[in-house]
Amino acid sequence: MQEFAVILVSSILINNYVLVQFLGLCPFMGVSNKLESAIGMAAATTFVLTLTAMASYIVNAIVLEPLGLIYLRTIAFILVIAAVVQFTKMFIEKTSPLLYRVLGVFLPLITTNCAVLGVALQNTSKDLNFTQSSLYGFGAGVGFSLVLILFSAMRERLAAADVPESFKGAAIAMITAGLMSLAFMGFSGLV
Amino acid sequence: MIELIAQHPIFAALIALVSLAILFGGLLGFAAEKFKVEGDPIVEQIDELLPQTQCGQCGFPGCRPYAESIANGDKINKCPPGGQSTINAIANLLAVPAPELDAEHGEESEVRTVAFIREDECIGCTKCIQACPVDAILGAAKLMHTVIADECTGCDLCVEPCPVDCIDMLPIEETIADWTWPIPTKPGQIIATDRRGVLTPAGHREDAA
Repeated sequence: MQEFAVILVSSILINNYVLVQFLGLCPFMGVSNKLESAIGMAAATTFVLTLTAMASYIVNAIVLEPLGLIYLRTIAFILVIAAVVQFTKMFIEKTSPLLYRVLGVFLPLITTNCAVLGVALQNTSKDLNFTQSSLYGFGAGVGFSLVLILFSAMRERLAAADVPESFKGAAIAMITAGLMSLAFMGFSGLV
Repeated sequence: MIELIAQHPIFAALIALVSLAILFGGLLGFAAEKFKVEGDPIVEQIDELLPQTQCGQCGFPGCRPYAESIANGDKINKCPPGGQSTINAIANLLAVPAPELDAEHGEESEVRTVAFIREDECIGCTKCIQACPVDAILGAAKLMHTVIADECTGCDLCVEPCPVDCIDMLPIEETIADWTWPIPTKPGQIIATDRRGVLTPAGHREDAA
C-alpha cells in the first residue's frame, strides 16, 4: 500500500511530467487558454495515459522482450499509442456521446503528446511490474491534469489582468509556466 | 524457419512489427464496424447553435441544411438572425477564427423584433402565411391574419410579400423577467480582489473612482 502511495506522489508531484521532466508541453501551452477545454484535455489524457501504460507493458512483456527486440520499443509503443487512442475515440463516440462531446476533439491530439510515449518508455526502463506501470501511468495523468488545470485557471485570470503591453499573450504564459516549474522543483525532496 | 530467424534478427523484428500492425489494424477495423455512429454529430452540434428561425437568409432552405453545409466547409458568417454571437459560438465549436457577419446576407438587427399585422388593413391574401418559415401567422383566404408572437422569430420574411404593407416589425420591450446585468467593460473590475484599486501602467495603485 505504501509502495503505491510512493508511486503516486512521485509521478504526480516529484517527477511531474510537464513541469519537472518537460514532457507534454505542447498541450500544456496550447490547450490552457480556457478552463473548460483544459479540463476536457486533462480527463482525456489521464484516461489514455493509464490505458497506454497498461497496453505498452503488455506489448513489451509479451512480444518485445521474449524476441530480444528491445531496440524496437519506441516504434512499437508509438503504434500502441496510436491504436489505443483511435480505439478509445471510437468506443467513447458510440457508448457515451456526452463524454465524447467533452473529450472528442482532444483525443486525436493525445496521439502526439510526448508525455504518453515518455511514460511508456520510462516504465520499461524502470523495470516496473504491471500494477506499478498502470499506477505510474495514472499518476502521470493526474499530475498532468493538476498542472494543466491550475495553469489554465491562472491564464484565465491573466487575460483579465493589467499585463504590460510587451508581455501580453504567450510571453506572460511562458513566464508563468517557468515560475510554476520552479515551484514544482521544490517537491524534489519529498520522498 | 526458426533457424532463419535466429540467424537474421531483422526477420524477427519485421515479423513482430508487421504482426503488431496487423493486430491493431484488425482491432481498429473491427471497432470501426462495431462502434459505427449513425449521422454526423458535428452537424447536430452546429444545428443546435443556429437560431432555428428557418428564415433562409443564408441561401439554404433552413437551418439544418446550412449546418450540413458548414460541416462540409462553408463559411460560418451567413446567419443574420443569429448575429455575431452565433458566429462566435460556431467558431468556438469548430476552433476557427470568428469572421464578421457577411453583409451580403442581411444585417443583424440591434434589438429582437416581432412581426405585427395591422389587422384592420389586412385584406386576407395569405401571402405572408406562405412566406413564414415557422408557421407563426394564423389566418385564411379573405379573412384577417394575425401573428402568434411567441412563435415569431423576427426574420422579416413576411414584410416583403405583403401587398398592402400592413406588417410592422416591432421591437420586443425588455421586461423584468428577461433583464440581465450589463457585462462589465473594465478588465480590472472582473476580479473581486482587484475591485478596490486598479493598477496603473506606471505600477502605482490608485483607488478606482
